Amino acid sequence: MSDVSFVRTEMLPQQEPPGSSVGIVGWARANLFDGVTNSVLTILSLIFVYFVLEGLLSWTFQSVWNASSLTECREIMTATWGKTHGHACWAVINDRWLQLLYGFYPPYPAEAGVNFGENTGAWPAYFRPNLSFVLLLIAVAPVLFDKLPRKLLIVTAVYPFLMPWLMWGGSIWGPVMAAAGFGIGYLAFRLLTPVLGGLGGIIAAIALPVIWWLFLTGIVAAGLESVVSISIPEVESRKFGGFMLSILIGVVAIGCSLPIGIVLALGRQSDLMIVKTLCVGFIEFIRGVPLITLLFVASVLLNVFLPPGTQFDIILRVLIMVTLFASAYMAEVVRGGLAALPKGQYEGADSLGLNYWQAQRLIIMPQALKISIPGIVSTFIGVFKDTTLVSIIGLLDPLGLSNAIRADAAWNGIYWELFAFIAFLFFVFCFGMSRYSMYLERKLHKGH
Amino acid sequence: MKKSVVFGALTVAGLAAGAAAAGTLDDVKARGKLNCGVTTGLVGFAAPDANGEWMGFDVGICRAVAAAVLGDPKAVEFVPTTGKTRFTALASGEIDLLARNTTWTFSRDVDLKFTFVGVNYYDGQGFMVPKELGVSSAKELDGATVCIQTGTTTELNLADFFRSNNISYEPVPIETNAEAQQQYLAGACDVYTTDASGLAATRATFEDPSAHVLLPEIISKEPLGPLVRHGDDNWGDVVRWSLNALVTAEELGVTSANIGEMAAGTNNPEINRLLGTEGSLGEMLGLDAGWAKNAIMAGGNYGELFEGNIGESTPIGLARGLNAQWTDGGLIYSPPFR
Repeated sequence: MSDVSFVRTEMLPQQEPPGSSVGIVGWARANLFDGVTNSVLTILSLIFVYFVLEGLLSWTFQSVWNASSLTECREIMTATWGKTHGHACWAVINDRWLQLLYGFYPPYPAEAGVNFGENTGAWPAYFRPNLSFVLLLIAVAPVLFDKLPRKLLIVTAVYPFLMPWLMWGGSIWGPVMAAAGFGIGYLAFRLLTPVLGGLGGIIAAIALPVIWWLFLTGIVAAGLESVVSISIPEVESRKFGGFMLSILIGVVAIGCSLPIGIVLALGRQSDLMIVKTLCVGFIEFIRGVPLITLLFVASVLLNVFLPPGTQFDIILRVLIMVTLFASAYMAEVVRGGLAALPKGQYEGADSLGLNYWQAQRLIIMPQALKISIPGIVSTFIGVFKDTTLVSIIGLLDPLGLSNAIRADAAWNGIYWELFAFIAFLFFVFCFGMSRYSMYLERKLHKGH
Repeated sequence: MKKSVVFGALTVAGLAAGAAAAGTLDDVKARGKLNCGVTTGLVGFAAPDANGEWMGFDVGICRAVAAAVLGDPKAVEFVPTTGKTRFTALASGEIDLLARNTTWTFSRDVDLKFTFVGVNYYDGQGFMVPKELGVSSAKELDGATVCIQTGTTTELNLADFFRSNNISYEPVPIETNAEAQQQYLAGACDVYTTDASGLAATRATFEDPSAHVLLPEIISKEPLGPLVRHGDDNWGDVVRWSLNALVTAEELGVTSANIGEMAAGTNNPEINRLLGTEGSLGEMLGLDAGWAKNAIMAGGNYGELFEGNIGESTPIGLARGLNAQWTDGGLIYSPPFR
């Protein structure tokens, strides 16, 4: 027997794939140029993209940043490029960006020596809104990302009381007393439930804080203020404006609408007739009315109905209206999530002997909310963008301010630059929210 | 954030129920600030500058009234109002005075229950056309496309004008002045029509203003003036005579530059009465003797306000025209200070 083997004993080394099917070339052949039609379409698209980018990039980057008026901008453009067409005049943003961000909010609300030490200049400009914003990020972080230390939730709990104090100023006792109302509610629930029974406890837990807020808070806060005075200078609502106002309205509406929306959605599915009727009525009424109508009610009608001389803060009125509007939509989004849950989940919860609230908290809501995430975030983004509607009732949000800036003789006739800047700011926030919702969906995806 | 934000804001920002209205003058004095309604922005008439300070011709009226009542032209809270919210803001007491280039019409005065205290600018609807169109009169505009803001009196005036002259036109409806400017420059319409002051301000922003002309026809009367609520005549008098003080000051040659020496006493008894060195006009209004002096010092007399904000030395470049003193052939006329 000869020892000749016709079988290869070692593997050939792997060959590189042909150059035309890997890398950029391969990708382009597979995706852009497979066939005549696709090649033609690709080339046409490239030409289109080129022309758009050429105009857009040169407009954006071959631009004037330093000028004191549109006329001066145009002179510089003519001197530099020979024409004014196709070049942006960002000088208006350079001149007015603080106004677009903060409205008329005073950079240093404190007067020298008032509770801020000797020198107000020692505090950075706009530190109150800026601090509120940074604290907002810290406060929402533990809610958004569950890996962060749970102790941060203390910031989240304090923030709703701290933020109004920072933004509007005044005595610290007002927010503290407002917070105390919740403490009173909790204590009432704890102490009175054994005495009055379950329903009585709940009623007391709602009624006592309301009485406290309506009748006692002002007196007690004023009393404490006269004993221990801790206050920062007040800023009137009229001074609020710009992107700060949009964020303020957006954050409050978003933050309040989710819990209210969940309650409304549960109420709508409830078997209790009165609760159900109230929730359905509220949702259908608010959803059936355009937001702009609600804003007009806030700005115009309330003034007529309230007794003359009543100063009901305009921003507060708008906050309430936008929140109600967002809550109604949120309720329907959450109801969609609830409806998508198989009946077996409810029955499973019942079979485990969980009561209504336990079942909601442990089984129903985690799944329903997960299903609703895209809808919830869409609603958030929609509400945030709807805040620009307040310019119609004379509040100076970024869009309102763009009109006011154009009314300055120096900048009259400038459009695209202002709108581009405002659009950019909104895009950053809305895109951020949308990316977060995608992250959340991936994280909560359980693979079934 | 929970409901608590609302409650927190509620307590902080306050549901401070003010005292029931005594009289607007007393309210303003007690408050130490005048709440003055202005536009959210109109070139030359009211606009915030980069520091958030409001400037403009209407703003000047607010400052003059604040100076007359409170002695401080800065003691004004400017409340930006839109065309839709302005009247309710005034009627509900949110503002004490509306100085928002509002046309004095019968129904606003009578039906809406306001009191127009005077006219600070006589406007009228005009036409702007590109020079290359070669038109010199609005009556030659037969068949033209016209950019027009919908839902305004200008729309009705335009229809009346073309019908009474038996010529046709094609309207291009637009929503705002900003949109009109773009449409007109893009050639979507041959003619742009709105108030003449607005046209002048718009033209001033064009790259080449000289390529556009304002036609001589003014087809409507638009007397713009400050207004207050019906039924508080004392406050109406204060605002009316603050405006009249500015007008009279121009007529008598009292300016913010020479008011210091004039206030020391002059040979003209009317100047003396105006500036409070003779008589007791201020007392009759419930103000101090130097009220008119303060009002004039706030931003100058009527002519100075005009020149500084919308006059020929500004980019807007409006001529005095109808708004000249009656002595110069205009309509600006104040009853005597006596």
